Amino acid sequence: MTNPQNIVRRSATTTTPPRVREEVEEVAKLIDVSKCIGCKACQVACMEWNDIRDEVGIVDGTYNNPTDLTEHSWTVMRFTEHENPAGDLEWLIRKDGCMHCAEPGCLEACPAPGAIVQYANGIVDFDSDKCIGCGYCVTGCPFDIPRISKHDSKSYKCTLCSDRVSVGLEPACVKTCPTGCIEFGSKDAMLIRAAKRVDDLKARGFDQAGIYDPAGVGGTHVMYVLHHADEPGLYAGLPKDPRISPLVGAWKGVTKPLMSAILGITAFAGFIHYVTKGPKEEPADEEVFGAEGEEGYLRDTRGEEAAATVRDPAKEEER
Amino acid sequence: MSIRVTRRGFFKLGAAGVASSSMAMMGFAPEAAAASVRQFKLTHTRETRNICTYCSVGCGVLIYSRGDAAKNAHQQIIHIEGDPDHPVSRGALCPKGAGLLDYVKSPSRLRFPEVREPGTSEWKRISWDEALTRIARHIKTDRDANFVTTDEQGNTVNHWATTGFLAASASSNESGYLTHKVVRSLGMVAFDNQARV
Repeated sequence: MTNPQNIVRRSATTTTPPRVREEVEEVAKLIDVSKCIGCKACQVACMEWNDIRDEVGIVDGTYNNPTDLTEHSWTVMRFTEHENPAGDLEWLIRKDGCMHCAEPGCLEACPAPGAIVQYANGIVDFDSDKCIGCGYCVTGCPFDIPRISKHDSKSYKCTLCSDRVSVGLEPACVKTCPTGCIEFGSKDAMLIRAAKRVDDLKARGFDQAGIYDPAGVGGTHVMYVLHHADEPGLYAGLPKDPRISPLVGAWKGVTKPLMSAILGITAFAGFIHYVTKGPKEEPADEEVFGAEGEEGYLRDTRGEEAAATVRDPAKEEER
Repeated sequence: MSIRVTRRGFFKLGAAGVASSSMAMMGFAPEAAAASVRQFKLTHTRETRNICTYCSVGCGVLIYSRGDAAKNAHQQIIHIEGDPDHPVSRGALCPKGAGLLDYVKSPSRLRFPEVREPGTSEWKRISWDEALTRIARHIKTDRDANFVTTDEQGNTVNHWATTGFLAASASSNESGYLTHKVVRSLGMVAFDNQARV
């Protein structure tokens, strides 16, 4: 049950959403990459909870399975074999999926009213019923997360289990994680927890350990603890400084209002023309499409009309 | 059936479409305010405790079924997740456990006792009563024939070495204790369970 009152941002909508409930605590999922063993229980739990099943794919030579996010796989483990400067192998396994940005590029880009919403607790959710399948959210996303289904042409991604969170539960992936790599709580609590983990990693020799909560998208509600926070690109191309594509701003800020105005002016001009000049007089013998072979419909009715108008005055005279 | 559209009508329809879509674009969307993404799917389901069937860790699971167990409602398992109150797993499940729902619903799952009679290659379905009776009969016959009370030196051993017992993985301490009592009281010595998997 998602209370509409708690929606703080809505795609393609100019009216201000309700904002009086300021005491809603922001939630966050913390993924401690250093504790992940790549078991993929989170992938399975995600599919089970959300009633989605991906097709059995093909091994591409890595442990990535499925090899990429799809409309049926809203989270995937991305495995990277990294050789560190000391010559040792580090197996970096990152759980990929929606980051639930505070300033979501997908929502900014979306032209369908209400198809993408953001709740006061920070979750960015897709209301697929309203999705028009244009794919702008894919362009708008700095993390390349949403996927358009080939079956129904709608966009899908992780919901942070908004249905579970709305009734006070943690997301399915968080609950199932056997190593405790994925944790869930208020954003503040998760930042404190992450700081502790970073201290621990630094004590174990990972000098560059840090929290991934990129400011370029206003911070995220899915955060990582990375052993190499200075090089997030090591983790299967995690962007170092993600930002919403300037194309989104150009479309929403310039092109769309301009074109809307032109459309509006055209419609208004048409209306004025109608009021001042009146409708165009209709010729009686109008062309008809799609009715070939039906004699009655194509019949010329001018004669009948003329007869009717002649008859009327005659009746009046009789009276 | 063909739809008759006059040329004028077609233009009118097109103009109306453009006008309404541009209105919607400018924020006059004729749409209900209620926004509901996905309802919580377990609200009135029945919750049943169990233990994961797979390995010897024996993680606790919660099985959710549709229907409130009223006499006319046929329950159906719709979701399985970890049991947060279980001391072993505290809600966590590995990928096998997290996918238990598909294990339950698997088309290749064994749902009833079957027997392959000697000399045949066909599996034949039998009832639970029949299965238990047959197993009891085999146990009794074999035990009567091979039970050893004393060894060569005349020591009392009371053992039965020709039949073994393989117990399940998903046993609590209590069920493990009971299994042990049943098996050992028969004198059976070959006794293992799936805890080694």
